Amino acid sequence: MADLQTSEPSTSSSTDPGPRRPRFTQPGRDGVPALLVKVLFLGVVVGTAIALTPALVGNGSWFFLGAIWVVAAILVATYATGRALPAKYLVPGTLMLALFVVYPIALTAKTSFTNYGDGTRNDKQTTVDQIVGSSVTRSADSPQYNLTVATDGDPASGPFTYFLVPQDDPETVYEGTPDGLEDAPDGVTLDNGRVTAVDGYTILNIKQISAASDDLDEIAVPTDDDTFIVRDGTSEAFEGAPTLVYDEDADTITDTTSDTVYSVAKQGDREYFVDGDGTRISDQSWTANVGLRNYERIATDAQIRTDFAKIFIWNVIFATVSVIGTFLLGLLFAITLNDPRVRGQKIYRALLILPYAIPGFISLLLWSSFYNRDFGLINDLTGLDVNWFGGATTAKIAVLITNLWMGFPYMFLVSTGALQAIPEDLREAATIDGAGGFAGFRRITFPLLLVTVAPLLVATFAFNFNNFGAIYLLTGGGPFTPENPTAGGTDILISYLYRLAFGAGGVQIGFASAVSVVLFVITGVMAALQFRATRSLEDVN
Amino acid sequence: MRRLSRTLGPVAVAVLALTAAGCGGGSGSSDSSSSSDSSSSSSPSADSGGGDADLLVWTDSLKIDAVKQVAEDFGEANGINVKVQAISEDLQGSFVTADAAGNGPDVVVGAHDWIGNLVQNGAIDPLNLAPDELSGYSEKAVQATTYDGKLYGVPYGIEALALYRNTEVAPDEPATMDDAIAEGEAAVKAGKVDSALNLPVGELGDAYHMEPILTSFGGYIFSYDDATGYDAQDVGIGKEGSIKAAEEISKLAQSKVLRTSISGDNSIALFTSGKAAFLVSGPWALADVKKAGFDYAIQPVPGFAGQGDAAPFMGAQAFMVAAHGTNKDIAQEFVNNGVNSEDAMMTLYEGTQLPPAMTAVQDQVDDPDLSVFTEAANVAAPMPAIPAMASVWEPLGKAYAAIVSGKDPAATIKSAGDTITKAIADAG
Repeated sequence: MADLQTSEPSTSSSTDPGPRRPRFTQPGRDGVPALLVKVLFLGVVVGTAIALTPALVGNGSWFFLGAIWVVAAILVATYATGRALPAKYLVPGTLMLALFVVYPIALTAKTSFTNYGDGTRNDKQTTVDQIVGSSVTRSADSPQYNLTVATDGDPASGPFTYFLVPQDDPETVYEGTPDGLEDAPDGVTLDNGRVTAVDGYTILNIKQISAASDDLDEIAVPTDDDTFIVRDGTSEAFEGAPTLVYDEDADTITDTTSDTVYSVAKQGDREYFVDGDGTRISDQSWTANVGLRNYERIATDAQIRTDFAKIFIWNVIFATVSVIGTFLLGLLFAITLNDPRVRGQKIYRALLILPYAIPGFISLLLWSSFYNRDFGLINDLTGLDVNWFGGATTAKIAVLITNLWMGFPYMFLVSTGALQAIPEDLREAATIDGAGGFAGFRRITFPLLLVTVAPLLVATFAFNFNNFGAIYLLTGGGPFTPENPTAGGTDILISYLYRLAFGAGGVQIGFASAVSVVLFVITGVMAALQFRATRSLEDVN
Repeated sequence: MRRLSRTLGPVAVAVLALTAAGCGGGSGSSDSSSSSDSSSSSSPSADSGGGDADLLVWTDSLKIDAVKQVAEDFGEANGINVKVQAISEDLQGSFVTADAAGNGPDVVVGAHDWIGNLVQNGAIDPLNLAPDELSGYSEKAVQATTYDGKLYGVPYGIEALALYRNTEVAPDEPATMDDAIAEGEAAVKAGKVDSALNLPVGELGDAYHMEPILTSFGGYIFSYDDATGYDAQDVGIGKEGSIKAAEEISKLAQSKVLRTSISGDNSIALFTSGKAAFLVSGPWALADVKKAGFDYAIQPVPGFAGQGDAAPFMGAQAFMVAAHGTNKDIAQEFVNNGVNSEDAMMTLYEGTQLPPAMTAVQDQVDDPDLSVFTEAANVAAPMPAIPAMASVWEPLGKAYAAIVSGKDPAATIKSAGDTITKAIADAG
């Protein structure tokens, strides 16, 4: 603490070298408490990084380990030094952007080149282990044994011995080790058909067995007829043997009971172990890179090609009508309530915010039941007998009405804010110049309002373009025609592709990721074009 | 202040408990926290949601109390710490994802028709119950939880559709489905009810509830063989039996018996509020119907006059051992011996009110309603668990909905059959 110079930037002109910036941060304008908070915050950051390191090293998650330390270093470098003033404001936002926007997008793009999904969720090694491990079969006349695991060493590391009592012969005790089955030594205490104590041995309890399970899995007690005594839980065992054997060099699985050899073959976009006739040993496959196959499928699938145009057009209509409709309705309410002559503005405003305050999920499900033909609120109140979700056109209208109700409070809020930001004297000047009433609104208020609101309209368009909830929760994409159960009358791209990716073929995450990337590009391009169009509005000022 | 209250919180509770006990109302607060001796010296680093639990079970929110009871009994008997979590949204999908990532539960409680998907994802391990242990369960339940010749779950409850009747508006027990519909329509004409028969259709169709009609006319989804199970290569949708069923569905829709406005969301509620004469539903509706305040009767869903018997789907709820759980030994022990016992099965029955799968418990339960469901489940065909079933639900349901909305029955069901066959071929 040699020089107690404040770290405020000098206001003197640039010819003057000005005061030298201190190397480390010091109590500035806000004094010691602020500095303490800063030190505490950085301590937490570094502490967290240190605390997470062993676990990440243990898991071999090198990428995350690097990322965590890079983030910690950036934060320390930014806040512990007295330099980098702009960075102090930019770093948190940039980090959040990288973490919550860029990283998921990158991960999605990466997944889109794989066949990851139902049936391919594990790597090949895991899959082989599982197929072989699941093939352990109980010998036909195998007795069920009561099992006691004991050790004459340390309960955590062994060596371990099995003491086995056949359930149909509760007086006999065998001792099982990797060398084979022998008669039990003396000093065994039997209780109710179970070994409860052995001289010189420690009996493992259920937790210790669970903790030592990796070592115990190495123990296979061989019996006379090429089978093994296999643990089944922590208190029982039976005789059995795996019927499948994996040959690592040949990359084949052999069924020892029938001598069938299963080798790896590609079926569709994934590999299976199949025999000579192409019959699979199991439905299990494993994650693999498939290159651009998912994108090819989007581009070449005949079904998608025919449905895409129709759905895309409705998608654009849905988003456009939703944005314009909600904006006009919200604006109308905002202008009305902005007039000082209206009484009880607060109550009106509170009421108008209600649709926005109810969680969208709940209100969409409620609306979905309102449209019920025989029991729904809408047909009951109006006395109509409209089969809302039965026809494509009425279902589309229902979706638009609902989305209007869902969206106008947001526009009302935004417009209210924008209106109140327009200076009153502008309007007075316009009135004096003879542009009162509607002309004033059209020439002065509305253009000024659009400058503020236009970017939000673009964002709302992008949101509605991919408004999965509004479609999925309301109509489920329906109604569907008998000849095409994949593309419904109210489907937008996201709900349609969701059905393709998570419907008939199980969960196809790789394909769904490719779809997400494509939609991301489409939405991004549209939003960019719209932003470019809105820039011309700013010439108003 | 907040810190103070946190420190004093337990003290205050203890004081309250003492005063309560002092007031003579003290039936010693039965602290049901499992016997946690957390001296876990070398427990594996459980980086799953279970924290320091030695056994983590996932179930859905409806069954959590019963499952918790069974798990805690097991934990107390073995001196371990158990934790039961309810996953209320998409339990199957969450489980598959979590298990593949290595932070899933040790045991999952779910429906048997998940098994095909869970096996193809390598998410569950086969069980090795001795044959005489298995013989204690109803044959159908074991059949349902067996996949590719291996047992993958210990069943505790079975369910199938049955026909509920509001006896105050429909006094006669119908022998066939036609009788039921006629009786229901008479009640509608008399102005007693709005709906003759509540069989959920919904806007997007409901293949599960339509199954009794399909099977009564000789239709089927996949051909079934006792030895090999379902054959995904032999799709019965679009064949003769299904066309007959579709024509019947179309006829019933024209007379307003089947309606898209009746769905899984409202069919039970409309029946319990006295607006329908008949309801096709499962044991999950029983509690609401009992509370409804009118006399009711339950019978297995009858077939149509001159046609075969109706065979609804049978489902089994089961305990399965996760493939990548952190405590697999304890999980196997829990399923093999903790769940697979008469006491546990009784607890599960009392907690879930599902018809029990264990025959010994079935014999003890003296509830005529439940015995109807038990019988219905024992004669029904297990819901297919093969992954190909994923290609069936949506197209078939939508075809039913389209027929109810007035589309041509034969053409619609044929095109649904083509769609299903193509989807199964595409999926490999």
